[in-house]
Amino acid sequence: MKFTYYLEKIAGISVYPLVSLLMFVGFFTIVTLWVLRSDKSTNEYLANLPLENDK
Amino acid sequence: MELQKFSYDNRIPKLFAVATVFWGAVGMLVGVWIAFQLAFPALNFGIEYTTFGRLRPIHTNAVIFAFVGNGIFTAVYYSMPRLLKTPMWSNMLSKIHFWGWQLIILAAAVTLAMGYTQSKEYAELEWPLDIAITLIWVVFGLNMFGTILTRRERHLYVAIWFFIASWVTVAMLHIVNSFALPISFMKSYSWYAGVQDALVQWWYGHNAVAFFLTTPYLGIMYYFLPKAAGRPVYSYKLSIVHFWSLIFLYIWAGPHHLLYTALPDWAQSLGTAFSIMLLLPSWGGMLNGLFTLRGAWDKVREDPVLKFFVVAVTAYGMATFEGPLLSLKNVNAISHYSDWTVAHVHIGALGWNGFLTFGMLYWLIPKMFDTKLYSTKLASTHFWIGTFGIILYAVPMYWTAFRTYFMLSAFTPEGQLQYQFIDAVQTSIPFFAMRAIGGTVFLIGVLIMAYNLIKTAKQGTFLVTEDAEAPALAKVYVAPAKAHWHSYFERKPMILLVLSLIVVGIGGLVEMVPTFLIKSNVPTIASVKPYTPLELHGRDIYVSEGCYNCHSQMIRPFRYEVARYGEYSKAGEFVYDHPFQWGSKRTGPDLARIGKKYPDSWHFNHMLEPTSMAPGSIMPPYPWLFEKKFDLASTKSKIHAMRKLGVPYPHNYESIADNDVMVQANAIAANLKKEKIDIQSDKQIIALIAYLQRMGTDIKADKPATSEN
Repeated sequence: MKFTYYLEKIAGISVYPLVSLLMFVGFFTIVTLWVLRSDKSTNEYLANLPLENDK
Repeated sequence: MELQKFSYDNRIPKLFAVATVFWGAVGMLVGVWIAFQLAFPALNFGIEYTTFGRLRPIHTNAVIFAFVGNGIFTAVYYSMPRLLKTPMWSNMLSKIHFWGWQLIILAAAVTLAMGYTQSKEYAELEWPLDIAITLIWVVFGLNMFGTILTRRERHLYVAIWFFIASWVTVAMLHIVNSFALPISFMKSYSWYAGVQDALVQWWYGHNAVAFFLTTPYLGIMYYFLPKAAGRPVYSYKLSIVHFWSLIFLYIWAGPHHLLYTALPDWAQSLGTAFSIMLLLPSWGGMLNGLFTLRGAWDKVREDPVLKFFVVAVTAYGMATFEGPLLSLKNVNAISHYSDWTVAHVHIGALGWNGFLTFGMLYWLIPKMFDTKLYSTKLASTHFWIGTFGIILYAVPMYWTAFRTYFMLSAFTPEGQLQYQFIDAVQTSIPFFAMRAIGGTVFLIGVLIMAYNLIKTAKQGTFLVTEDAEAPALAKVYVAPAKAHWHSYFERKPMILLVLSLIVVGIGGLVEMVPTFLIKSNVPTIASVKPYTPLELHGRDIYVSEGCYNCHSQMIRPFRYEVARYGEYSKAGEFVYDHPFQWGSKRTGPDLARIGKKYPDSWHFNHMLEPTSMAPGSIMPPYPWLFEKKFDLASTKSKIHAMRKLGVPYPHNYESIADNDVMVQANAIAANLKKEKIDIQSDKQIIALIAYLQRMGTDIKADKPATSEN
């Protein structure tokens, strides 16, 4: 009996790692695309938020 | 629009800052102490409250939750009102948060020293404290979201997303990992057993590193680094990608703590794959921090705050490069159970968390006391001492890890193991001493800082409040036509919260669902039986003494481990282990198959005086086990609780269990008597011997039946 591989008995278990990888790649692509299209002046405004109180 | 006047309260950040320094020094002092214990076992003092097994959890919990925890809260209570242009929502909640957290820390230190532990690393605290943590965490969350919802700045700066994601994920991790069935005040059994327990624990353990030691500190980096450098973060776009990829990936990587164990292969590979991908967002964050200093490197030469920040961010980069490396199976084979892991976490804890905290404090205290730092020179001295301390700590640990690996995996030409485990321990001792000196040097740096900060506070005047003004938020907001999509989330904190939870939840679920399917799929090994009640008592003593801090119970399928310890461990052997005791570090040998390896008298003498049986051993003696009685009165509730958790004790077994306890205990006492050892059968050592002699023996019982292994 190979205990290390007992999960192979669960139907379609191999789909888990595959789905997780696809989910991340999809997620990452969307975030990256949107960020690349983002507006420069808003970003600049946001980036300067911590510095607002410093004169 | 009309400007509204309000003020920022500095009292709470000041309290948290003081607590950070205080608990930091205490936590590190305990660390130095236990480090010296490994080189000089006499420092265990022969009493139960100060053994390595009891003190090590105090060290880890103090550094993580007291030092880093208070550091996080200092940063949150200082930066959040300023970024959101509003005071904290409730001063009362702030106070409850502060004092509640300090009380929990105090209670944690006391109860851990007394041996009340769940034995899950960085989640050792027993159930009443777990509930207290949950309540205080909710108070913190209410205060945080109250502040966010009453803000005068529509957009949430990146530091705040990191704080939100940290809060929600830590809440999820803490609750899921802490499921336990209380059997009495201060004693409970983990809801999960064996493989499941291990997976849940390291899903928690890994993400405690991620969402307690990393993401909130990235929030600190994104706020205080631009402040100290006087320039905005290098790339705001990068910070968005960094944030989402980091929280998405981190949550999946937990199983890399269980490579080559009885955990299913696919879950191990998943952990490895995500750990390697994690390198990208981690380095994205590091580069974003370092590039913020572009064109300002001349300032780094002068300003101790920036010096600390640069080394902190560099240490982050090193630790997050090493992490994926350690999660490769072939590297992990060397590093797991060794001092390499210890070195790795200390690069993170001393370098990243420590130095970032120090930089923040050197910047913050003069600001809050409206003065200049008392001595820049002392701060620079601290910087150099601290850096030297880290190196002196880490290098011997790496060195001894490899040395130990080569020794323990060496075979003679005849095919025999070349070295005993004790040989490896003996050669490690000088390295343990060097490491302890490194830690001491680092601690001296912290004390210099404390002095410098106190002097700074004394020469200034504390600004109790700082006035500010800003227009109120318009009720209706029309986004500019070309608004950045992500600014939508920055305006909607609740959606950001929910999205973060979904993102971290997916990873958790994909890991967990199969874990819970395991229960019906772990092939129960027919000969693996529940523990006898006496063994259960013994096991609780094993847990309470923190044996897992130095001994694993998990033999990996390597020739040199099988030859040394016996047949490699199988998942089916742990189905009744609430909680699991696989351990994560071998300062002593693996114990998975210790059962029946030595006579009862060997264990008796060994626990009383380890060096009498194993010359050169650095294990402390446990004389109180020979004085104290085991808790016979709790047998019933223990059996009852175990049955509730699915351990198949016969119906109504509770009523006769006490009898079985005494029969087995008397047998062991009689056995010892034959070897001329007199001991009453109700002493703790008897129960512990019963447990030790049982460990790993079940599958030997039907050797022929499992021969197809």
